[in-house]
Amino acid sequence: MQSTSRHFNSNARKGIADAKLQAALSKLSHGFPVKRLAAMARLPEFEALRDDARDIKEHTLANLGTYLEIYEAKVLESGGHVHWATDAADACEIILGICRDVDAKTVTKGKSMISEEIAVNEYLENNGVQPIETDLGEYIIQLRHEPPSHIIAPAIHLSKEQVAETFRGEHRHLQTGRNLDEPRTLLEEARGELRRKFIAADVGITGANMVIAETGTSIIVTNEGNGDLTQTLPKTHIVIASIEKVVPTLEDATTILRVLARSATGQEMSVYNTFSTGPKRPEDLDGPENYHVVMLDNGRSKMLGGEFHDMLRCIRCSACLNHCPVYKAIGGHAYGWVYSGPMGAVLIPGLQGLAETHDLPGASTFCGKCEDVCPMRIPLPRMLRSWREKAYAARLGSTKARFGLAAWAFLARRPSFYRPIMAFGVGLLALIGRRGRFSTLPLAGGWTASRDLSAPEGTTFLSQWKRGKR
Amino acid sequence: MGPRELILGNIAKSLKESALSPSSRQEIETRLSAHANNTVPRRGQGENEAQTALFIAEAERVNATTERLDGLEQVGEAVLRYLASHNLPGSVKVAPHPLLENVDWSKHPTLDVARGRAEDSDQASLSVARAGVAETGTLVLHSGPECPTTLNFLPDNHIVLLPQSQLVGAYEEAWEMLRGDSNAMPRTVNWVTGPSRSADIEQTLLLGAHGPRRLHILIINDKKTT
Repeated sequence: MQSTSRHFNSNARKGIADAKLQAALSKLSHGFPVKRLAAMARLPEFEALRDDARDIKEHTLANLGTYLEIYEAKVLESGGHVHWATDAADACEIILGICRDVDAKTVTKGKSMISEEIAVNEYLENNGVQPIETDLGEYIIQLRHEPPSHIIAPAIHLSKEQVAETFRGEHRHLQTGRNLDEPRTLLEEARGELRRKFIAADVGITGANMVIAETGTSIIVTNEGNGDLTQTLPKTHIVIASIEKVVPTLEDATTILRVLARSATGQEMSVYNTFSTGPKRPEDLDGPENYHVVMLDNGRSKMLGGEFHDMLRCIRCSACLNHCPVYKAIGGHAYGWVYSGPMGAVLIPGLQGLAETHDLPGASTFCGKCEDVCPMRIPLPRMLRSWREKAYAARLGSTKARFGLAAWAFLARRPSFYRPIMAFGVGLLALIGRRGRFSTLPLAGGWTASRDLSAPEGTTFLSQWKRGKR
Repeated sequence: MGPRELILGNIAKSLKESALSPSSRQEIETRLSAHANNTVPRRGQGENEAQTALFIAEAERVNATTERLDGLEQVGEAVLRYLASHNLPGSVKVAPHPLLENVDWSKHPTLDVARGRAEDSDQASLSVARAGVAETGTLVLHSGPECPTTLNFLPDNHIVLLPQSQLVGAYEEAWEMLRGDSNAMPRTVNWVTGPSRSADIEQTLLLGAHGPRRLHILIINDKKTT
């Protein structure tokens, strides 16, 4: 999709003003984070598993080329094909080529963030192949022509009334007076509509949560079972994976699966974890006859080993989104592309460069919760800070902010000016802010528009220190 | 230069410029063939009977139903009873699995039994799990001529037969069973933990999204015969 990350600030303001979005987001804190804590409490080894998971990925990334070559050889051995794609355009062309080879009219799709990243739906549609998203959330947003607003709950920004409206507009062959009041009736309608499409599809496209070098296997993790119908029923299965998804062994994948669902939805394990290796065997009664893997780089090989290397450990669980005060205030669409939350604010500049995305690293209070909950122990705040430094050094961002920072830096480096000015300012604010907080304040309108600013107590830390008040 | 060489070249270049320390090809081959366990949670470890109890508790936590049977001769009756309890027609699509060939279906003339892969019209299926993992109440099924994958996903009601001797504590033990069966991975291995579900609309959890609405596990006491 076309990125609108350069409009982050206005996107975020729109999100905050959107009452429907705010109602949807307000449910987030009571769902996934609570269940995650409960799942952690049941598994004393959780912290040890996080360490293992991080170490597995670090070892694999340090040997990425070797593991990818071994993986490729194993896929070929099992009768599958591997296609390498340097960027989104390459990947789309490869996928269209495979679809044309089997004369595909319709393609069902399991949920895949990489397929969003390369915008393959649009490409297939423009070339006469109809893609059908089958994950319930993805199906809804495809009908609405929207990008996902959350990695694992793509339609989290919508109310059931909005979904009902979308279904009435799309499923015109159904009775107009039908009841679509509850999530259950909406789910049943989508299930009925998609069942026929699963059976008619010529090609099934899925993502891959991981691929395994030892066996040439790709893994999908789902709760609905749509990914499995997508990859079992059509004659051709295409897996879209990116280079950092490889892990060495079945045991390594197992360790990561133990932290994935718990960090994501708080489930002990997702309902369906499916390990696919090559096409249907001659004696099998079902399964796809062709098995293709599209292995995408799209900027990742350049991130490897550098300042943002740690981001390549990400398993897209969404724990950092679910715990981020900024994400929960503005929603996923504000980030302007397919990823969002802290992982998006680090990854999007990594994949697209800072020029258009330099406001994203500002989407953080540096509370550190994202790193706390990351199953792969990715230092997200450190990397957000690095992006901010780079943006500043490249003279990107608002002139007002740059001027403010420069003025503050000028003073802070000159203690003999800084201390009396601070002492005066703090004293003045304490005097006029005797109520303990400000609801309006000149130059701080951006802050006080949506919350109060606490008033200082009268003296600076340094003067208290000197007086021996410790 | 083709895309493969370009990508692998970029990876090699980035790694060379980094502070990361790569392993030798030999070390990597050794790591792969050892496929050592990482941390394995203790909760699945114990005697078979304790593991069975844990398996049942975990599977039921995620909305599966379970039933313990004393032997294969009780399977037909259990299937009939299950279908009747949900007001379903007395017909079931059965995996062409050798274990199920030992079930004397002729004792149940009211049950219509067909063998093969699942079709859209099938309302109930019966398949055989290779393993059950106590840790999370997870079934391990795999594809093959004896166990078509469609049986696990197309019908609304999925009944799975699990011999109690194949119940293990952790997923790693199930991988060892599969490695023992064959040198090559089956086309598909399915870990199934409860029936299908979705919370994509307003984070309301609903069962039966695209896969089976119900999952019923028949745990067969096979210790007498083994």
